[in-house]
Amino acid sequence: MAGIEIRSLRKQFGDLHAVDGVDLSIRDGEFLVLLGSSGSGKTTLLRMIAGLERPTAGEIHIGGERVDGDVPPRARGIAMVFQSYALYPHRTVFKNIAFPLEAVRTPRKQIEEKVRWAADMFSITRYLDRYPRQLSGGERQRVALCRALVRDPKVFLLDEPLANLDAKLRNTARDDLKRFQRRIQTTTVYVTHDQVEAMGLGDRIVVMEHGKVRQVGTPQEVYEDPVDTFVATFVGQPPMNLLDLRDASLPAGTLVGFRPEHLLPRSVFGPGEDLRTLRFSVRRVEYLGSDRYVYGSVLESAAPDATVIAKLPANIALAIPEGETHEFAVPRRLLRYFDAATGLRRPP
Amino acid sequence: MKRVALYAAALGFVVFAGFPFYWMLVTTFKQNRDLYVGASDLSHIPWIFNDPPTLEHVKLLFGQTDFPRWVLNTLLVVAAVVVITVAVAVPAGYSLARLAGRWGERMGMGIFFTYLIPPTLLFVPFSRLVSLLGLQNSLASLILIYPTMTIPFCTWLVMGFLRSVPWEIEEQAMIDGYSRLAVILKVAPRLIVPGILTVVVFSFTLVMQEFVYALTFISSVEKMTVSLGVPIALVRGDVYHWGALMAAALFISIPLAIVYNLFIDRFIQGFTMGAVKG
Repeated sequence: MAGIEIRSLRKQFGDLHAVDGVDLSIRDGEFLVLLGSSGSGKTTLLRMIAGLERPTAGEIHIGGERVDGDVPPRARGIAMVFQSYALYPHRTVFKNIAFPLEAVRTPRKQIEEKVRWAADMFSITRYLDRYPRQLSGGERQRVALCRALVRDPKVFLLDEPLANLDAKLRNTARDDLKRFQRRIQTTTVYVTHDQVEAMGLGDRIVVMEHGKVRQVGTPQEVYEDPVDTFVATFVGQPPMNLLDLRDASLPAGTLVGFRPEHLLPRSVFGPGEDLRTLRFSVRRVEYLGSDRYVYGSVLESAAPDATVIAKLPANIALAIPEGETHEFAVPRRLLRYFDAATGLRRPP
Repeated sequence: MKRVALYAAALGFVVFAGFPFYWMLVTTFKQNRDLYVGASDLSHIPWIFNDPPTLEHVKLLFGQTDFPRWVLNTLLVVAAVVVITVAVAVPAGYSLARLAGRWGERMGMGIFFTYLIPPTLLFVPFSRLVSLLGLQNSLASLILIYPTMTIPFCTWLVMGFLRSVPWEIEEQAMIDGYSRLAVILKVAPRLIVPGILTVVVFSFTLVMQEFVYALTFISSVEKMTVSLGVPIALVRGDVYHWGALMAAALFISIPLAIVYNLFIDRFIQGFTMGAVKG
């Protein structure tokens, strides 16, 4: 087991700065998620750690050993699972899982034991004689994980391993993956564009954009204390509302941010709370079972047309007629302030 | 109703594709009188045996020409050219697709364009080359020249095919303990088998049907290939030995048709993968 140390890492493809000066310290045994939209550089970063891409500049250390130079992927003590799973189509499941062991000339008997052990861990023992094309997406994903597991890697690198699964399967697969990582305690770097996955899996999340790290923190930190408007709107569904309220007590050009679930009818708050009251002109109410999304605009806002979303839990049964203006409020302690020009967080 | 139309269409194609074979078959075994009388007697039915079948054309083909020899020559040339083509085009296509980056694509196109230069333009410089090497009137000249047609196209074919094979599988192998060289030698070949088969079939076809170069470089009868020997020996002046010509075509095409059918799925896979994504 080992931590990963990344120092001012850069990767340029022609004029494109895919990874633009990343410093990152991944702890031993940690589950770290790289979160970003496509083109944010998260996959390139992962591929540089794997050794599939050579950095333009910077350093990568795995378990204290510098690897960014000429250490080939096979010598880095890593295992990787690709989004496509990259199974060998002409080999059975058993042979697929055995492949990394055969590569290092493990004795036959040991291969057999190791493959059975890994297959047992992911309960795919009954598929061992099948070919990848005969398996479902979820089964293939587990074969890929098995193959990564038998290498006894110092680090797991996972590139969107759940992206090809259907939504229903993804939840259980996520749970399986997290439990598996907790059990074996191997340092894991996981790339995804899905913020729900990132929140659910990561011990810490690295939010990336345009090749740069915007924020590193626990899911809670990233969600509750975003460092800028990008993180604020990228993490959370629906995203954080950002408004210029033209508040005299705030410096000019300050955006006020609050989560949709914190914008609630004035009447549901107790009398003692310090609230920021807003007149909310409701356009449409979306009933989603466990929640209601209320779409509308805030009259105090400098841009009164901008859509603001409120997320009301099912236990607030209050009727919200469409097309009317209501008193809504946000507790002041949950308001976040950003500089409109730079997007950066600003103290209240 | 739809099904009936489908079968009717399929039947139409079967007749379309099968009729030349049928025509070869009847012509091969028809007596000359039966074969030529249709020109003057309009009541004569050309597509059945009006007289009893005969083996005289087959005897002519095997007894009075070097047909078996030509078959052997052709097989020899084909085998050598296929081996050379696979040995050159597969590594070339692989490296252009996988290792050469952006320039690989452009170079691949450039290589493909050389295939488009017609043999009629090239055989003049080639004949100088062949005589310089002292290979005139030998099968070696064909073995040297044919790869100039097969390699460019097959390189391009392999490149197209490789685009459909995810690079990730090879990257995975590099992570799983293989060096890049070991991946190229041990992992990649297995992944591109359909591509290699396409290359084999394609170069095979090209060499089997080639005429211009064979005519240019081969002059002795015993060194001819089928595609050259048959028309030269069986078209004498303006006399066409149709029966024997058809017999030669029949004996060559039947085994080929069988082999092609065995590999048809793979063949189509190799071609369409290159085509669709290329």
